Amino acid sequence: MSPLPFNLTQEELRAGAVGAALVIVAALLPVFDQAYYLALGVNIMLYAALCTAWTLFSGPTHYISLASAAFFGLGTYSVGLGIDHLPFPLLVLIGAGCGAVLAGIVGVATLRLSGVYFVIFTLGLAELVRQLVSWGQSKITTRMGLYVFTDFTEKHIFWMLLALTVLVFITGWLINRSRLGFAMQVIGNDETVARHVGIDTARAKIILFMISGAFIGIAGAICAPRYAYIQPNSAFNPTISFLVVIMALLGGTKRLWGPLVGVIPFTILMDFVTAKFPNHTSIVMGIAFLAIVYFIPNGVTGLIEQARTKLRSRMGAPAVKPGEVQP
Amino acid sequence: MSMPALSVRVARKTFGGLVAVNDVSFDVRQGELLGLIGPNGSGKTTLLNLISGALKPSGGEILLGGQPIGGLAAHHIAQKGVARTFQLVRVLPSLDAEQNVMAGAVFGHRRTWGAEARALARELLHRVGLGGREHVPVSAMTYIDQKRIELARALASDPRVLLLDEWLAGLNPTELQVGISLIDELRREGRTIIMVEHVMDAIRTLCDRCVVMSSGVKIAEGRVEDALSEPEVVRAYLGDEDA
Repeated sequence: MSPLPFNLTQEELRAGAVGAALVIVAALLPVFDQAYYLALGVNIMLYAALCTAWTLFSGPTHYISLASAAFFGLGTYSVGLGIDHLPFPLLVLIGAGCGAVLAGIVGVATLRLSGVYFVIFTLGLAELVRQLVSWGQSKITTRMGLYVFTDFTEKHIFWMLLALTVLVFITGWLINRSRLGFAMQVIGNDETVARHVGIDTARAKIILFMISGAFIGIAGAICAPRYAYIQPNSAFNPTISFLVVIMALLGGTKRLWGPLVGVIPFTILMDFVTAKFPNHTSIVMGIAFLAIVYFIPNGVTGLIEQARTKLRSRMGAPAVKPGEVQP
Repeated sequence: MSMPALSVRVARKTFGGLVAVNDVSFDVRQGELLGLIGPNGSGKTTLLNLISGALKPSGGEILLGGQPIGGLAAHHIAQKGVARTFQLVRVLPSLDAEQNVMAGAVFGHRRTWGAEARALARELLHRVGLGGREHVPVSAMTYIDQKRIELARALASDPRVLLLDEWLAGLNPTELQVGISLIDELRREGRTIIMVEHVMDAIRTLCDRCVVMSSGVKIAEGRVEDALSEPEVVRAYLGDEDA
């Protein structure tokens, strides 16, 4: 828990080993199946990357961002517009840059506002970007979509998304060890104190939002070859933003790996619902969202932690540090 | 004569029509412990908030070692060397004692990191009487211990000026003695301190000088005994008829 060990602790080593083993197992998936399970695996990996990136920012700040679709779409369009002219890795970087720049602009404009305004602003922004892209496309290219032809198959996309997820985790871990991570802990506890001990709170939040936006942009760029034909409505699909929030909250945002706990079951559920009841996905999302906020506001990992605390105090051992929501 | 550690020059703060701080001026010398006193609602905390950057002055200037700091953001002022405690104690509840104090050492006037910050935090916890309790969650601490944490956090930045906002308020008589001797130690160490306080005993024992405010205006300044016996001060505290 302590933010500043410069040497790895035992716990970190163990977590690293478990993580590496899981990554290897996951990486082998395409060897066993190239069809249904791989497609499901791509979806899970996609949302694992998106939700973890989202949590980098929203976990410590408690700001709910609905702009994921905007960052994602910018990444997708970076590839869509440039695929005939530039190498793919460079386009992925451009996607990251676009995500970061947009996040920076949003941050400067809104992070001084309180939570509710931020949510509405990000939702409106994603919609605005989508409309602007549609408009720009119809004016300039006079077509509605872009074709992206590459040699990538589903398994390549899976591996790229897996690598991205690992990268997000490593980044999150490095942030937690850094001054920025410690600053976010202080801000999460008491923003007034944070300012008075010398933390530029707005700057810290903006940097974090930009990192988060860059990763979501990368995810969008990686997914562009999967779509093959890109339209504003699919690249900037607001459902992405909502699913990211629902899954991350379901898992819990206190720990970096929390969202994963929500991503895996919920992606499978959504897959099932889309296959069997394609017209009712919004209803399921809505109900899931309400249920999560009402019944498990701290997510599944929050529940587990609570249960552990209770168990320990019942067994007479000193209770672990309470991890309740900060006022 | 050396430059004052902090100068407040015709500082003013208005909230709509209400003038909370009305053209107040005073200097704090290097190594001085200045008491800032006055009845409730006289603008002491507002003045402290202007100095620490929690509020922006509506007029006037505040100089830290001759450098203007009035109207800067709170984190800039903290980095330049002003640290404070809060009237209602503010600790970081999900962090342990050591991390609370480290927050002051990492981002403020003295920017340390890693082992150095940790060592400094331990040393200061020891100083304020919390040695050996580095890893106790502060949410489990008593009120005075939380106040000690706050003081250690403020000291961790090695501030050029330390602002104590009713740091002694709410302590029982025994704790009060401990608190007073702690501040006394800081004073002897040569720290420059402004303390807003209602505990008159503490003001008399500790302060070199004091500034008295009433209704946003400075009504007296000088040695504690002199200032407290000025008729206007007596009137401010006790009302007209008793003066």
